Amino acid sequence: MQNQLTDAGLREDLMSNEDLRIESEELINALIATLNEKNLSDIESADFDHVIEILSGISISRAKQGFSPRETGLFIISLKEALIQVMNEEITDSNELIGLSLKLNRLMDNFSIITFETFIKGREEVILRQTDEITEISTPVIRVWDGILALPIIGTLDSARTQVVMESLLTEIVESGSGVAILDISGVPTVDSLVAQHLLKTVSATRLMGAECVISGIRPEIAQTIVHLGIDLSNIVTKATLASALLYAFKTLRLEVKKAGPVVKNI
Amino acid sequence: MTVMREQDVVPFRNRVKEYAVKIKMGLVNQTKLITAASELVRNMLRYGNGGQVLIEVISRGRDNGIRLTFKDEGPGIADLSLALKDGYSTGKSLGLGLPGTKRLVNEFDIKSELGKGTKVTIIKWANG
Amino acid sequence: MDRIPILRMGQFLLVTIQVDLYDRLALDLEADLVKMVSKTGARGILIDISAVSIVDSFMGRIIGNIGVMSKLLDAETVVVGMQPAVAITLVELGLPLKGVYTALNVEKGMDLLRTKIEIFEQTETDPDDDNSDYITQ
Repeated sequence: MQNQLTDAGLREDLMSNEDLRIESEELINALIATLNEKNLSDIESADFDHVIEILSGISISRAKQGFSPRETGLFIISLKEALIQVMNEEITDSNELIGLSLKLNRLMDNFSIITFETFIKGREEVILRQTDEITEISTPVIRVWDGILALPIIGTLDSARTQVVMESLLTEIVESGSGVAILDISGVPTVDSLVAQHLLKTVSATRLMGAECVISGIRPEIAQTIVHLGIDLSNIVTKATLASALLYAFKTLRLEVKKAGPVVKNI
Repeated sequence: MTVMREQDVVPFRNRVKEYAVKIKMGLVNQTKLITAASELVRNMLRYGNGGQVLIEVISRGRDNGIRLTFKDEGPGIADLSLALKDGYSTGKSLGLGLPGTKRLVNEFDIKSELGKGTKVTIIKWANG
Repeated sequence: MDRIPILRMGQFLLVTIQVDLYDRLALDLEADLVKMVSKTGARGILIDISAVSIVDSFMGRIIGNIGVMSKLLDAETVVVGMQPAVAITLVELGLPLKGVYTALNVEKGMDLLRTKIEIFEQTETDPDDDNSDYITQ
């Protein structure tokens, strides 16, 4: 305890001394309970499972509280130093002292590595979760009109994303009974033959479901690239803007948009 | 699993689906996997006089996947590279079997020896 | 020996596929359909696959066959209710469902059929305005 309090790594703002003491006690008790002659040299020993559990718990809770991995690592190291100090005072035979110290050293170092690994694993899980969320958000399917869907595709279209787009689009077609889907690609930075293939697949799948696809938002540069790459989009209706795509969709569904007559004022 | 006759196809497909669901494979991937399996197993029945399929759950790092190995002792495929090209066909079927199936899965391997038999291995990861 | 039931709805025949089609069943279906079309003079066939979760090339071939056979007898075929996962897989598989139309559901399928075939009292609509069409790659 003394060691930790004097240690530069102490973060009083994040954790009260009382909590720190409780955590330390729990760890030390677990360690003392399991440590013996035999497993001193064996980090893999199953005896340490409980200790490792506590360590992982400490690491995760500290990460959540905002401690840096270094600070959490120092927690373990300070324990190690305290232990060694104690050994120093109690063991007089220098050979025995060195032997035991080395073993203890190695053991405690391993423990501190475990805290790092747990920390990293926690971060990876956060990243994965965020990736999933982003994938979900980035492909909204909008019911623009009764029977017309619009998909603004933003960002690059790779095969994984295409599958997500296709799934959401097709599911929405079934649920809304739509007959036309407008794929707006003004938010897609580049269209190469691979992306074109993905678009074509999406169009084919939509047709299989009995609906029609219109691609809108083709920027001039994209138009050029498509021609230069020899990509054949003759099978698909393409429009420059979402507005013209919408007009086409209305026509396909035999809907007319008329300007209403003049407003008649009540006299 | 042994697939020797027409009637074995459906239980086989169901078994594959069981495993796919167990490793939490999404619906589209499931459909792709089972469709690919269906294609390969029909090939086995039609050209290979039936055979064996091994269904395994495998993992690579964080991902889980299904590996299917189709083994038959039929006549084998004469020209593999030709068979893997879009549009090739021998029987009265559409010649879309192999190349299309290949697109449905993540990894596809085929070994065939004339007169000895054919072995096809496919892998589909849960995520993709 | 069970067979797939074929329902008659006015000028149309409706087939709902709810089980896995194996060889015998599929051939029986083709035969039954053809007979029914000829017997009733039906002008359209609706194949409902909303309960089918796997469509492989075998099934695709059967559907294609039905399309061609019915066309020979002056009837059009519409496949309705395809599940999204099936559509995605079919596209990836590269299976061209030639000779059949597709629609979202039975209702739309019938609307489509009506615009496609000649009905006594009505004039034939312009064949150019399609919503659904033959599947091309």
